[in-house]
Amino acid sequence: MAIRVSELNTAAVEVDSISKRFGELRRAHRLTPWRKAKTPKLALDHVSLRVDTGRITGILGANGSGKSTLIRILATLLTPDAGTALVFGHDVVTGAAEVRRHINRVSVEASFFKEMSPWENMLYAARLYGSGGAGTRGRVEAMLERLGLPLDTLDKPMKQLSRGQQQKVAIARSFLTSPSLLLMDEPTTGLDPRSKREVQDLVTSIRRERAATVLLCTHDLQEAEVLCDRVLVIDHGRVLAEGTPVELIRAHAGPDGGSLEDAFMRLTGKRLEEDEEEKEE
Amino acid sequence: MIGNSLRWELNAFAGFIERQKNLYRRYWAWEAVWLLYNLVSVLSIGYLASGLSSLGLEPGQTNLQQAQLYLLVGALLWTYLSMVFFEIAFAITWERWEGTIEYTFMAPIRRLTHLLGMCAASLIYGIARAALIGLALVFLFKLDLSHANYWAALAIFAAATLPLLGLGIFTSILPLLSPEKGEQMAFAVQGVLLLISGVYYPITVLPGPLHIAGILSPLTYTLDGVREALLHGLSVGGALPDVGILVAMGIVLVPASVWCFGRAEVRAKRLGLLKRSG
Repeated sequence: MAIRVSELNTAAVEVDSISKRFGELRRAHRLTPWRKAKTPKLALDHVSLRVDTGRITGILGANGSGKSTLIRILATLLTPDAGTALVFGHDVVTGAAEVRRHINRVSVEASFFKEMSPWENMLYAARLYGSGGAGTRGRVEAMLERLGLPLDTLDKPMKQLSRGQQQKVAIARSFLTSPSLLLMDEPTTGLDPRSKREVQDLVTSIRRERAATVLLCTHDLQEAEVLCDRVLVIDHGRVLAEGTPVELIRAHAGPDGGSLEDAFMRLTGKRLEEDEEEKEE
Repeated sequence: MIGNSLRWELNAFAGFIERQKNLYRRYWAWEAVWLLYNLVSVLSIGYLASGLSSLGLEPGQTNLQQAQLYLLVGALLWTYLSMVFFEIAFAITWERWEGTIEYTFMAPIRRLTHLLGMCAASLIYGIARAALIGLALVFLFKLDLSHANYWAALAIFAAATLPLLGLGIFTSILPLLSPEKGEQMAFAVQGVLLLISGVYYPITVLPGPLHIAGILSPLTYTLDGVREALLHGLSVGGALPDVGILVAMGIVLVPASVWCFGRAEVRAKRLGLLKRSG
């Protein structure tokens, strides 16, 4: 949905000291003998950030650092325990309906009805976002063609598509609804280098053409460096650093200069690849 | 502004029906298996009634034709009611299983539109399936429907829709709040409704507490009323008390279930239950 005039000068996202803990703190007397108290996990710890309209902002962090929790809160799928989060000036809890009109989300796992075709899934999405009439098929075809997806896949069941193709359909679906704020949670994970490049080009061009704001969670440091205007490094639910990639490298990569990976390692004490290896094990 | 908003919601409402149509078409083999299962279940009840005479009951002792019709109407209606109930109650389970639950809950539409869209799709599909099974019954059994008052049966059937939707929406809260056990709990609710609602027997045979629960179940009035209309020609005027009770139950159950679903959604978002899986 297009941004209203009254929303033009507001930040796309303003997060003020939000915290989120999973696992309720239960009182001992409420527990039955066969239920043990789970240790609560602090996913976000007083996180604050601001995303300017029309920018691509990256969130770098290891698994379990709180990136996806932050994205889910902004997508109105989770409520924070404390603090406030505004999307174009609308609170994600009290103004969730308004927030939803502005956003769309691409998650790491492609969420589709697997027996339905890409066209049927995208038509469903279009209906939920106020379109779906004549001309939708043409728009879908143009979008998929731009992402390098063969048009003969449009009517096959999703389960017959490769992981990369499914992710491209997910990205095309999010663009179809013309969101003012696109929340991308590791959108290029699992894509081959060529597909990854096509998606990255598309993100850049969408930002240029539609002035859309993108919040991008990524493991790919090179992707963050190339695509993002600003980057936040997050670990254990806390923002460790924020700035342009150049600023982060200058401030945190070490005296000899270096890369964004060097900056990330010095800030968190680990490499993103280590985390990926742990995940695979 | 209101017109645009209404158009938006109606478009999404149509989207849910369209989505379910596509899913039923894509899962046609599964649907065919379930249809066969329902048909076989109803037929077995019909043949059970046909075989009552060989179980020591003389035709003179009981009206076997009436007994058969009584059981078949119960079996057919239960097939319809349980299917619609199942489709609504399991809408959340299905989305969780497919991994689309977060996408649907993130959409800029009212939850009422989501729930009513699912209900409408379930009703259309349930009526189509029950009609197919009904046709098979008419073809296979010599049913005496000479006394039937179809208008009265239709009025009760239509009035039963509201409380049925309410019960379905209430039950769909279980998989929303309990990703691991919600589905099984919904099955348990369905089983209890079968026991207390007089599907194959009058609820007067139930012991005290179950009898009272049967009086509170809207399905009891649906089954009683439709049976009376089809077996004994209950007039439309005579059906009005049942219609009134069902509509009153619907007026209470539908808004209450939607409100409770909203509260459950708030809790699910607080506890992080809207995930792909438990």
